Parts: sequence; structure tokens; C-alpha cells
Amino acid sequence: MLGGNKHVSSGTLKNSFERRSVLIGGLQTAVGVLLAARMGWIALVDNEKYELASESNRVNLTLIPPRRGAILDRNNVPLASNRMEYRIDIVPERLVDPEGTIAKLGTLLGMDEVALRDLSDKLEKAHGFQPLGVASGVPPEVYDKVLVRLPEMPGVMAAQGFTRWYPTGPSVGHLLGYVGPATAEDFKAERNPLLVTPGFKLGKDGLEKQFEAQLRGIPGARRAEVTASGKIVRDLEMRDDIPGAPLQLTINGPLQDYAARRLGLESGSVVVMDCLTGDILAMASMPSFDPNSFADGIGRIEWKMLSDDDHVPLRNKVLRGLYPPGSTVKPAVAMAFLEAGLDPNASVNCGGGLRVGNRVFGCWNRRGHGSVNMAKAIYQSCDVYFYHFAQKIGMDPIAAMCRRLGLGEKYDLPVTAQHYGTVPDPAWKQKKYNKPWAVFDTVNATIGQGYMLVNPLQQAVMAARIASGKLLQPRLLMNQKVPDAPSMGFSQEHLDYVHKAMSDVVNGPGTAGRARLPIPDVLMAGKTGTAQVVSLSVSDGKSGPWKYRDHGHFIAYAPFDNPRYACAVVVEHGGGSGSAYPIARDVMTFLYDPAKALEVLHGMEAGWGGTPQQRMAARYRSYSAQYGATAPKPADEAEIQRRSEGPDPAAQAPRSAVTEAAAPRPEPDAAPPAPAPTASPSAPAGEAPQP
Amino acid sequence: MNRRIIPEAIAREPWQVIVPLFLLNLLGCAVLYSAASGKLEPWALRHMIHFLGFLVIAFIISRLPRELFKAIAYPVFIALIVALVLVDLIGSVRGGSQRWLNLGFMMFQPSEPMKLSIVLALAHFFDSLPPALTRSWRVLPPLGALVLVPVLLVMLQPDLGTGLSIMIGGLAVVFMAGLPMRWFVGAGLAGAAFTPIAFFTLLHDYQRRRIMTLLNPEEDLLGAGYHITQSKIAIGSGGFWGKGFGNGSQSHLDYLPEAQTDFAFATMAEEWGVLGGLFVLAVFLWVFHWGLKVSRNAPDRFSSLLAAGMTFTIFFYMAVNMLMVMGLAPVVGIPLPWISYGGSALLTNMACIGVIMAVDRWSRRGGPLTS
Repeated sequence: MLGGNKHVSSGTLKNSFERRSVLIGGLQTAVGVLLAARMGWIALVDNEKYELASESNRVNLTLIPPRRGAILDRNNVPLASNRMEYRIDIVPERLVDPEGTIAKLGTLLGMDEVALRDLSDKLEKAHGFQPLGVASGVPPEVYDKVLVRLPEMPGVMAAQGFTRWYPTGPSVGHLLGYVGPATAEDFKAERNPLLVTPGFKLGKDGLEKQFEAQLRGIPGARRAEVTASGKIVRDLEMRDDIPGAPLQLTINGPLQDYAARRLGLESGSVVVMDCLTGDILAMASMPSFDPNSFADGIGRIEWKMLSDDDHVPLRNKVLRGLYPPGSTVKPAVAMAFLEAGLDPNASVNCGGGLRVGNRVFGCWNRRGHGSVNMAKAIYQSCDVYFYHFAQKIGMDPIAAMCRRLGLGEKYDLPVTAQHYGTVPDPAWKQKKYNKPWAVFDTVNATIGQGYMLVNPLQQAVMAARIASGKLLQPRLLMNQKVPDAPSMGFSQEHLDYVHKAMSDVVNGPGTAGRARLPIPDVLMAGKTGTAQVVSLSVSDGKSGPWKYRDHGHFIAYAPFDNPRYACAVVVEHGGGSGSAYPIARDVMTFLYDPAKALEVLHGMEAGWGGTPQQRMAARYRSYSAQYGATAPKPADEAEIQRRSEGPDPAAQAPRSAVTEAAAPRPEPDAAPPAPAPTASPSAPAGEAPQP
Repeated sequence: MNRRIIPEAIAREPWQVIVPLFLLNLLGCAVLYSAASGKLEPWALRHMIHFLGFLVIAFIISRLPRELFKAIAYPVFIALIVALVLVDLIGSVRGGSQRWLNLGFMMFQPSEPMKLSIVLALAHFFDSLPPALTRSWRVLPPLGALVLVPVLLVMLQPDLGTGLSIMIGGLAVVFMAGLPMRWFVGAGLAGAAFTPIAFFTLLHDYQRRRIMTLLNPEEDLLGAGYHITQSKIAIGSGGFWGKGFGNGSQSHLDYLPEAQTDFAFATMAEEWGVLGGLFVLAVFLWVFHWGLKVSRNAPDRFSSLLAAGMTFTIFFYMAVNMLMVMGLAPVVGIPLPWISYGGSALLTNMACIGVIMAVDRWSRRGGPLTS
């Protein structure tokens, strides 16, 4: 450089320009070399890495949800199967304009205000990864319309897939449970990409949940070329799914459906067992929910309907309903007496009550039964007879017999929850309440009141064990070996005696004359039971508020001389056993003559407003009209679980020790009527049981 | 020999540059044809029409007399400054960023011709400056005004990329004009010290994010980092030979954003590989070499500064764009001339070529004495 400013001339500037233009040229070349080197680094050295990245961009691997294994009844009739359908899902993470997209979808699919509200509820709770079902069972022409407009609605997916289908809907709701999309908790527990695949559903309750692993199957896969926005350009490769293995139950599908529908407007359960094998042929609990409509989640209106219903449609009452069994324990108590050596002909005189010390325990029949032996005590359900001999024989043999016959027992069944109740005895009471056993405790226990709580399945097992004399275990899965049930070790003489007495309940001068089967040569044996819910001072148990009415029980088996089927019916707050035994009669009739039984049912359903599905649909419409989208948001899954497994308000164990004897409730048909040759298809109200 | 067959007027044109540029533009057309899934519409055909039209404009520019360039240097510069002020005023009234003036018959973006105008104005300035003043501190106030006023006006729009590009074009001319080297070294050091402060105070949030993203594109895979990541995947997956014409999945399946404009080089590299990239680089380096040769052979100070400044303007376009698509510079909206689709950038660059061609003509017609 030249030292001072003064010497600068155009010549020196020209020289400086020459030098600096070389410098600039060098800079440009250097940048060119840098770029070439950088490009070589990316495209040659790191080529493999970027090629892989480009391929994973281009090719999209989608899982195809496997077809779920069918659930079959004992004759391979599907209780749950899969139905091909078109469905629309959204992936919240990919939504660009959630409100606009939902509005657009709503118009395309013709969704009403309620459906839109349910969808935005789901969207609110959604997690990015979790696809949301918008609509399933979309008609093909609507599906095509959505398909055409997919490009303008990023985040919306339309696909053809399989959906769970329960042909008999609510009839199998409690038995099978339902399926639904995976929750965030499910995904945390099982980090499987299948769980977040649109259209995939897993078992949420009942057998669907219990046998998830077996029913699920192995997903198929599809490799497709996709654009950045997720649009499929073409399929590259397909791998078919492997459907889940079917599950065969001991259930008789048509019988299950019949039993559920026959419960009608009542809240109750029906259990039917095979007396040879212990197979559970039907296990119905009503009212129920329609598992078909749960598949895409529970909407506001549905939730409001379920919450408002005091008949607790979410609870499986067969397994989770606990009731005082009432007089249905009397055959068991009689067996205990016989085993203890009591002569069945030993009689007491029933004058309407029994005096023990300075207290009088009343018989349900205040006028008294006169001279009562064991047979009469069973078919007339005389309380005084049982009070009297129970005082003599003591509580322990009675409790032991009840347990032997299956009460208080938790069975080895693949079910999500089982409440097994209480068979009280002095030791139990001492431990639980720290109070000695009292006379009135025995009085209560012998008539199935007080502390005694059982579930309907236990009552059916008790009926089956008394009927067969075998230690039958209830069985739900068909694929097991039929266990050879050992004998209970009862003397045949004792069994025959009790069987005859139970037959007389129905076919003789008993308390359930109208329960006689309309089938020639098939005689049904049974025992009525009416269990009080509140003390006599609150309600007489027959009228007044529904929740104060007595529970109706009936246990039965048929044919009485060669037991084949056993049955237990419980009607919550039915007002007495008169609400229960007509149901048992018709269910038994169905086993022998389905056409005849169905005719009766159809007549009744005409009066009830249709089948359970039709009634639910009508109720939905009226709720929808009344509440619209203002119904409260549905609870989360944990809450639904809690409600289905929590205590039944209709069947609660006493919190504190019982201090009083229960007043036995009148049994219906006390005055033996002429046995009806055929069942009259009358509404339950018409069968209001009063002696 | 050629001169006997071809008329001299045609033979004299710098075909050694025009032909490579035509080939480069043809490659651009091929890339745009492929990016449009094998269709001439909407880009490829228009890209060629633009090129041919702007080539005519370049030829016209190359015929303009030196005196005309000198005469319009300041008036055009001042007119553009006025236009930039208007843009900023409209922008501050409307809010948001404003870069265009609506002239009724067309949308006019004054910052684009400013890239040429600043070079022209500075070349004229140094030409008329007594040589002795070149290394005096007294040159700085007028120089500062000439460079910083348009740069600040453009950056206020805000348009950092164009502002920077105007400043670099101006600084190139200042550097070539022969200001003391230690000033540049000093300014460079001061700039390095100032950069961190500027980063945290002057830049807008989105500009800061772009720079952060450059440093760590994987951090922000779905935001601004997405552009860089996808561009590198496109270039990297092309390998040496490329995936073949029409086989670029990154561009065809829309993973590469701006595949036909700012990231056209990546679109090209995916299908044509390193081979295509080297061709593009070679053409550019050849053009720079030619531009600097012309400026060295120029008849006077004005013309040589003009040609050098124009060359550097083209270089800046190329460098920033290619550094960006290869993940070495932040994402700024500067296209790659002759490859990317877009009229205004191509017009600017073809005008640069036209000006260099004009200088080339002047040097052929007469020596330095004519001035």
C-alpha cells in the first residue's frame, strides 16, 4: 500500500483495482469450491442417510387393523362379528383449520347439532396421536362425496374397514362388553402403533376386554407412496391381516336374547344353567346398553340417558348385583335340616308367628298355615317352620349348606368383576361387627334376609346343584373340557323329597301356581322369594316409590324329575316374587318350545313399545328433542368403569349390624289356584302378585 | 475466419457467455417441466419466454451509450429512494410488511432495481471523485449516505435479504474503488463484534428463528427447519447421477417446499445429481470470470466499477441461494437466477448481464482515452 493519501492517483487506483479484482475472483472461486464440496458431502458421503430419509418420506407404512375374532354361542351363532363399512376419522394433530373442517364434514355427513357437539367434545379431549372416529357405517354415496373433498380437509381420513357388530345389541351388552378406541392410558400401557391406527378398537368391558389378546389378531400392513400432505399416490405392497381367533361361549344365543328381552321394562337378571355340565346358557342383565353404539365413544345424549336411569343400565347385575335372596334359600335350609337328621314329616303348627322368649316372629301369612311339615313349608313358604327348626339345629349347619350350594362363592369365570356377597354365621358376625349372634339373626338368615347377600349367578348355581345333586361349576367357555362334576354327597331320598316339594311350588298347592310350563310332560320345580328392601314402616314393598319395593326372586329347574336346566330370575324392586316367576316360566318355555315363548314375548313387547333397541331409539329421540346439545358431557372411561363396577344402589349390604328381624313379605299365589294350562301373555302389571 | 461468414455485429456479441447461460436456463426449464409433473405449463414455457424476452432487453441495454448511464445514475437512484420512502410510508400506515407499490398498471417493487441502481450510482460517484479523496476520511459521509439510506429503507419494510443484497453490491463497488484495506478489515472486525448485539436487538423474531433453525434444523422439523431438512434430503438422495429426469420424489410428492422457486436447485439436484450441480456451478463461475475480465479490460474507472459491481450482484444471488439450499445460510427468499422460476429476479440478473455486455462493447470500441 502507498503510505499517504496525497500520492493517490488514478494509476494507483487502477493497480489497486487489478489486485482487488483478483481477490474478488478468488473469493468467488472459493465459494464455488465450498459449494461443490458441500454438495459432494451431502450427496456422496451422506448419500445413504438421505436416500433413506427420502424413502421414508415417500413410502408410508400404514397398519390395517386386524379383524377381531368372532364371539360365538354354543351352536356357532355369532354373538359378536365384524361388519364391513365405510368410516371417517380425523387425526387432530393434522387438522389445519379444526372448526372449518368440522363444519364442512358436518354438512357433508348431515350431522345434527348433537352429533357436532359430541365431536367437538371428543376433539377437546383428544391427544395428537389419537385418531377420532367421526362417523362409521357411512353410506357409499356420502363416503364418495367426502372422498372427493379430502384434499381440502387435511387431517380427515376416509377408509373402508371392519366394525364390531353385535346382532342382538343390548341383549349381550353386559355379557360381552364393548369395544372402543384406545385411550392415552391404553397407549401408555402398551406402546403399540396399532393402538393409534384409525379404526382400531380394543375391548373395553366384559369378555371383549377379558379376551383382548385372543380376539385381537395380527394387523395387516400397506406400503404406499404418499405426498407430504398424506395423500396416497399408489399402493406399493399389501400384507393381509390375520384375524383374531374366535371365542366360543357356552351361551345359547337365542335364549340369551329371549331372556334379556323378556325382562322387559324391569331392572333385573336371568341366569340359565345346564344341569348336566354347568354350562351357562344365558346370563342376561337388563336394562343394558347397546354395545354397537359405544364403538365410537359415548355421546352426550347417551350419557344423559344412562345417568338418568335409576335401573343402572351400566351394571351387569348377574355378577355385580347383590340381593337378599329371600325365601329362595329355603330349599337349601331344608337340605341342611335333612342332613342334620331332621325327619321331614316333623311338623310345627303355624299360627301366624313363633314366640321365642318374649318376642314373636311373624310368618308372612298372618292367618297361619296350620300344621306344617317340610314339604308344605317349602311349597307354602312357611316362615314359622323354618324359624322353629333353625332354632333347634343352629346357624352353622345352615350356613355351611348355603356355601356348599354355591352362595357366597366366587367362581372361576373369565369376567371382569364378580361381587360374591355374604353367607353370615356367628363367627362372621363376631369378626365383622364384634357382636354375638342373636336369635333374630337366625330368623333372618333362614328366610334369606338380614346379612345374607347373593348374586343371581349364585342362585342359579344353587338351583342347579340342588336339582342335579352334583357339585356343578358354572362354565362360560365352550373350548374347555367338560369337567365331570362330583356328587354333592346328598342322599337321593333327601333330594327327591326337596324336588317334590319344589315341584309342588309350581305344580301343586304352592306359591307359584301360574309358573307352570305350558309344555306337556315337562314339569318345572321352583321356589319363590320376596326380599324386603326397607322396613315395613317405610313401605309395604308392593306399592309406593319404585326403590322401596321388594325384590322378586325365583329359582327353578326343569324337568323336575330329570333336571336338565336350572334358572334364576331376579327382578329388582319388582314388588315380590310374582314379578320374577313368569319370566322364569317363559324363559324355560323357550328352551322347549321357542315359537310358543316368542309369541308370548311379541305380545308383551307390543305393550312395552317394542324391542329393547326400539325402546332405546325412541328414548334417544325424546332426549334429543328435550336436551339437544345441552346435555352434560360424558364422563371419561374411568368413571364409566366405576359406575359399572361400583355398589348397586338397589342391593346394598347393611352398613351396621342388623338389630331387628325382617318382616317376611307375603308370597304370591298363597291360596293355590288351579294350575293354568297355558301361560297367559299378560303384561307384568297384570300379574301383580297378591294373595 | 468466422467473421467472413457471420456479420461482424453478431460475431462481436459475447456468445461465450450467452450460450452457457442459455443452456443453464434450458436446464432450469427441464427442472420446472419436471416439477410441474411433466408439463410445460405453468412454469417451464414461461421461464424460457422470460429468458428470451430479457435477453432482448439485455441486448438493448448493451447498446446504450456510456453517457446515458452516467446521466441517469443519480436521477434514477433518487427516484427509487422516493419510491422506497413511499413503500415504507404505506407499510407503516397499513401495518405489516410492504414491498410493493401499486402503479395501477403493474405492481412495482423498487428494492429490486435498487440493486442495480446502487452499483450505477456508486460507480458514477467514484468516477467523479478526485483520486486523492478516495483514501481520505472525507469520502465517508457521502458514501455512507449513498449506501446506508437505501439499505435502511429496504430493511425497514422489513426485507432483510434484499437490504443485505443491496449493501453487499454497494460494498463490492466501494471495495473495488480502492478504499484503504484497513478500513474494511476494521469494519469487518467491528461487524463481527456487533453481530451478536444485532442478532438480539435488531432482528425480528422470525428472522432470529430462521438463523437458529439453520444452526439446528432437526430441532424444528415441522417449522422453518423443515425447508432446510427437506432440501438436504433432496440433494443428498440424488447422489452423483441423480434419480433421473422426472423421478424426484421429494419435489413430486410435495415434501420440498418452494420446489420451483427458492429451492429449485434442490429439485434439480435430486434428479440430476452432483453432475447437474457441477454444471450449474461451472456456468456461474464462468460468468463471474467473464464479468471480472470485462471489468479489468474496461476503458475507464466508471465502466470497470460498473462491470465489477454487476458481477458481484449476480454472485451474491447465486451464493446466498446455494448456501441456503445446502443448509449453510438461513432461509431467505432469494431465488437462483436462470434456474428458479420468477420474472423479477431473472430480469435483474439479465439486466446485470446487459450492463456488463455494454461495458464489453465500450472497451472494444475505444480505449481509455475516449473518456
